[in-house]
Amino acid sequence: MKKGKELDLSLHYRNNEPEPYSTVHTQKKILVVDDDPYILMSLEFLMKKNGFEVMVARNGTEALEIVEKQVPDIVLLDIMMPDVDGYAICKHIKNNKKLKDAHVVFMSAKSKESDIQKGYDLGASLYVTKPFSTRQLLKQVQELLSA
Amino acid sequence: MNNWLVILCALIYLCLLFGIAYYAEHRQRRNRSLINNPYVYALSLAVYCTAWTFYGSVGQASVKGIEFLAVYIGPTIMAALFWPVLRKIIRISKTQRINSLADFISTRYGKNFTLAVVVTVLCMIGIIPYIALQLKAISSSMNILSGTGETTGLTGILSDNTFYIALILTAFIILFGTRSIDASEKHEGLVAAVAFESIIKLVAFLAAGIFITYGLFNGFTDIFSKVSDHPEMRHLFSFSGSGSYTTWTGLVILSMLAVVFLPRQFQLAVVENVQEQHLKKAIWLFPLYMLLITLFVLPVAFGGNLLTGGQGVNADTYVLALPLHHGAKALSLFIFIGGFSAATSMIIVETIAISTMMSNNIATPLLLSLRQFRTGGDGQLTGPILNIRRVSILIIITLAFLYDKLVAQHFTLVSIGMVSFAAVSQLAPAMLGGIYWKHASRQGAIASIITGFVIWFYTAVVPSMANAGVIDLSVVEQGPFGLSWLRPLSLFGMEGMDSVTHCLFWSLFFNILVFVSVSLNSRKSAREIYQAEIFVDIFRHSAPGDNNVVWKGTAYLPDLTSLLGNFLGHERAEKIMTGYANRHDIPLDGKKADPRLVTFAEKVLSGVIGSASARIMVSSVTKEEELKINEVIHILRESQQIIELNKELRRKSGELQKASEQLSAVNAQLKDMDVVKDEFLYTVTHELRTPLTSIRALAEIVHDNPDMEDEQRDQFLSGIIKETERLSHLITQVLNLEKYESGRQKLDLQPVLMNQLIQDSIDSVSPLALEKKARIFKHIPDSMFLLRCDPVLLQQVMNNLLSNAIKFVESSTGEIHVSLRPGESELQIVVADNGRGIATELHELIFDKFFQARNQTLQKPTGSGLGLAICKKIVEMHQGKIWVESEEGKGTRFIFTLPEQ
Repeated sequence: MKKGKELDLSLHYRNNEPEPYSTVHTQKKILVVDDDPYILMSLEFLMKKNGFEVMVARNGTEALEIVEKQVPDIVLLDIMMPDVDGYAICKHIKNNKKLKDAHVVFMSAKSKESDIQKGYDLGASLYVTKPFSTRQLLKQVQELLSA
Repeated sequence: MNNWLVILCALIYLCLLFGIAYYAEHRQRRNRSLINNPYVYALSLAVYCTAWTFYGSVGQASVKGIEFLAVYIGPTIMAALFWPVLRKIIRISKTQRINSLADFISTRYGKNFTLAVVVTVLCMIGIIPYIALQLKAISSSMNILSGTGETTGLTGILSDNTFYIALILTAFIILFGTRSIDASEKHEGLVAAVAFESIIKLVAFLAAGIFITYGLFNGFTDIFSKVSDHPEMRHLFSFSGSGSYTTWTGLVILSMLAVVFLPRQFQLAVVENVQEQHLKKAIWLFPLYMLLITLFVLPVAFGGNLLTGGQGVNADTYVLALPLHHGAKALSLFIFIGGFSAATSMIIVETIAISTMMSNNIATPLLLSLRQFRTGGDGQLTGPILNIRRVSILIIITLAFLYDKLVAQHFTLVSIGMVSFAAVSQLAPAMLGGIYWKHASRQGAIASIITGFVIWFYTAVVPSMANAGVIDLSVVEQGPFGLSWLRPLSLFGMEGMDSVTHCLFWSLFFNILVFVSVSLNSRKSAREIYQAEIFVDIFRHSAPGDNNVVWKGTAYLPDLTSLLGNFLGHERAEKIMTGYANRHDIPLDGKKADPRLVTFAEKVLSGVIGSASARIMVSSVTKEEELKINEVIHILRESQQIIELNKELRRKSGELQKASEQLSAVNAQLKDMDVVKDEFLYTVTHELRTPLTSIRALAEIVHDNPDMEDEQRDQFLSGIIKETERLSHLITQVLNLEKYESGRQKLDLQPVLMNQLIQDSIDSVSPLALEKKARIFKHIPDSMFLLRCDPVLLQQVMNNLLSNAIKFVESSTGEIHVSLRPGESELQIVVADNGRGIATELHELIFDKFFQARNQTLQKPTGSGLGLAICKKIVEMHQGKIWVESEEGKGTRFIFTLPEQ
């Protein structure tokens, strides 16, 4: 349900805002939050390579600190982290006037239907379960932003 | 001693009894029964020990030595049979609402009226002299104390203490013995008083015994050694004479029967019994009581003989006379009260028992045969019946009193007691046969009791009468009409027995002979067959409130209710009947009464007027049809089948319930296991996803970006390798744990030097420690610790604990201490660190599988999450224990023990 609604909205925006793909050069800000160093490393490399301004956080606290100062366009968010979990960060973002327009994309090994539903209920734009393909993730991120 | 003082003491004591009886009834009304207690029950049975025990046994021991013990050994043997025999009698009496000995026998033999009368008469003739004996004991003991002579005859009756004592006792018995019209109800006041009296007489007798043995002599050995210096007394220590053994045997059998079949014993042991379970205590308490009360009999008897030289003093009075003679006045008074209590308790209970029989079996039927009472109105009969019981009590005491004054002077205490015992023994074949032998018949019972009674009278009473000069002495010496084989003391030429054994032998011999032969040759009525079945197989029929019905005919409910109402009052009768009907779902709307109600009404009535009278009353208000024998047999078989069927059903349904409980338990267990398994699988896959994600991401990027800088490419590739290692480590751990938990992993036990094992573990983790700049200290005693264990697995435990410790200490300041402590039967190994510690509430949880993973807000998962779970499993496989001691911020100590087998 939620997914479908998002799709409708994006189509709607596309029609009203005929901004072309090429405006990517106005760099989009992306925040990557994960406690796994290799995932962080990979996503940082990938996003930089594709023209994003990348910020990384190795845990929930760091993520919260970053969003105090910066307003990302999109947040790639792990859920299970030792200090503050991803759901709480998402809630924080969506409850903040300044931040609430940022897309939240959950990336988690939690694959239960209830976990995924909870993510969408909190206002996430997307929920990808680990292990995921970086290629597809990139495509999905770009789609979200160009919508 | 002042006569008035003695009387005053006796009066005060009687007042005390009134108080106790009153208090017990008060408790009963408040539903806090005093007598619903096994100790009170056992004490009440000690009514067996009368004044005869208190005074007479010393008298007998002084002449016959240890022979006196027979009458206490018999009851002791019987006590062992209480559970099988007495319990059966109690169960029968409760289900049949039996209220006396006569009632029991007549109910067994088809509720026969004649039989009830015969038993009642036998008990009266047999027991009234025995009651008289107690009165005599009271008056003699009073006379000894006050130093006056005996009074006999009826002259001067008004100045006779015994007369007044008898009057007060009568009042007591009437007051507490005829409270309720239902004689099968408990007389709680009486029983409590009797139990109290049992304590008093025991303490008093022990006091006398101690005074004589230790006050007048220097203990048992002193008395016994002095006696053996007297050749004329030596025979008292052993059996002597050819008849001794037969006498002994005879007395044992006699007293075995007496302890159950004396009316007072039956009253207390059966009618007043509250719970069958009380028998279990009585089985040993009652013999113990008799042991205590006979403990000092021989020393007192011998001591008395020594002090008096066997001259001039009646040995029956030693207990009282010796302390009195030696100036112990207060003690003498107490001993007198002891003897008094022994006598009064016997009189009270025996009178109640016999008056119930008299009124139920003789007086009430006479009353009911008068036409005006048959049609009596509401509760009209309650008063007359209670009055009949009161008058019966008065008659019994009066008869006993007269007997004492007119006849008893010719006998010693013991002989009257024995004669009474022999009389009630005549009931034994009909009783015992009745509860164990289905062929025993009414005619057999009547014939046997009458035969036994006649022979008893001829061999026991006739000689006494001759001695007393009532009949010609030649009857005893030459036999009646000069027929020497009919001499009462040596019937059929039987010589060499003492009179009691002789009487017992012949009377029981003919009694049993007649009982068996007549029973086998008589036709039994349907009702009798039914009762025989119920009595003999009581434990199969006694579903409480059994609904068996042996009645056929037409009855009308109003008739039944008004019949009951005549005795109980209309309101109560109505209540009882509707109560029963409701309990058993019997409809009350029709005018005709259900046969079950007829049977029930008869049972209620039995409690009031005895079963024989109840039978007659019920048949008078109903139209009965004769039951045919095959109908009774049919009813019995049916009821038995129903009971068997019920039992079987209950057993089956019990089994079913058990099975279903087991099933649902197993089901729940399976469900639990399923949940656990699901959770485990979920967690495992979850744990696998994380390294897989890294590997895939890293690999994709390396693949998609051929133009990567070399340095970065190396970083990515080594990441792939590390994550792959982590993945395989996890898989190994999962498989290991699964292996340990399933029990497939066998321990490879071998002698291991623990010192070495610990050192090896430290060595293997030292690179990790070095990396974190943590220091490891070892605290191991100098000796060698050899243990049988699996070194590979234990190494795994040590490595796990050590690497955990290294992981959680701060770098540079980290310290880890490994110690080995020998305990009493186990080795204790401790791995302590100065890391951040673990909160108390997590101490148990950290050993759970994937605890870290499921609680990632608490700790960063840096291992598989299975390490501690595996450690725990391995330690437990070695029969050891593992636990953690820690506080947040104060370091952590992991401790595990290994038993030294």
